[in-house]
Amino acid sequence: MSGHDHDHPHAPITNGDEPPAAARVRALEELLVEKDAISREDVRSRIDWLVSRTSADGARLVARAWVDPPFKQRLLADARAAALELGLDAGPSPVVVALENTEAVHHMVVCTLCSCYPKALLGPPPDWYKSLPYRSRAVSDPRGVLTEFGTELDDDVELRVVDSTADVRYLVVPRRPNGSEGMTEDELAALVTRDSMIGVAQPASPAPTLT
Amino acid sequence: MTLERGQRVRVSARRHEGHHRTPAYVKGKTGRIERVHASFTNPETRAYGSDGLPLQPLYLVGFAQRDLWPGRGGTADDQVYVDVFEHWLEPTE
Repeated sequence: MSGHDHDHPHAPITNGDEPPAAARVRALEELLVEKDAISREDVRSRIDWLVSRTSADGARLVARAWVDPPFKQRLLADARAAALELGLDAGPSPVVVALENTEAVHHMVVCTLCSCYPKALLGPPPDWYKSLPYRSRAVSDPRGVLTEFGTELDDDVELRVVDSTADVRYLVVPRRPNGSEGMTEDELAALVTRDSMIGVAQPASPAPTLT
Repeated sequence: MTLERGQRVRVSARRHEGHHRTPAYVKGKTGRIERVHASFTNPETRAYGSDGLPLQPLYLVGFAQRDLWPGRGGTADDQVYVDVFEHWLEPTE
């Protein structure tokens, strides 16, 4: 046994074949609860909040921006304030930035240092977003990464990879798909995928109309 | 906020033991201020129990992809934008 020599009882901090990182997190949680820094209810409510979020909120913002140009300008100026207009909480980060993709510029988002992500608007990040290959290649070979996501950019499109290394969270506003001209805001929101708001993919294409 | 949008800046190449949020791949590189965000607590001290004060201004700095990763493809216009705190930045002009 290692030097586990303090004299107060708590639950065992290992659990069979648990991965080392999980054991470490559980050990930290045990200590923080024991020291009254956090409560189990805090942990549970934060997890409940996180898993209740989905990319539907981000999609509502994008769809509104597509149909309402003045709203789009407000979204690009201050995404937190624009989200509030729709009754949406942009999350704990004080600065949330929306980046508009155009014919000339394409944005994609990464966090090379960890997994910073606009969770309040997009839900929990996908596993690949947190993986070392994505985090390293998104900045060193972004066009190669985009190709693997099925996203081909012409050479005359300026690619901007945004590395969210600090307190700011970024949301990409993808380009409105061709053929979506007659669609309602709700129909448009259904085209706005999570990956298109990370910037690794284009939005879904409108289903061809039956004639 | 002492730096302005459009200003050319160089990221310090110094080593920093312990937690910091300046990625190695931009250390020593020159870029341009693209956005002036706001001021935030300093993660380098906050990580070790301090209140993180004084607040540090945070900027979005744009770098040419080819300056950061020569020979890795991409076009001459491709950019990598990185959030960098002011105490890592030095004006170059």
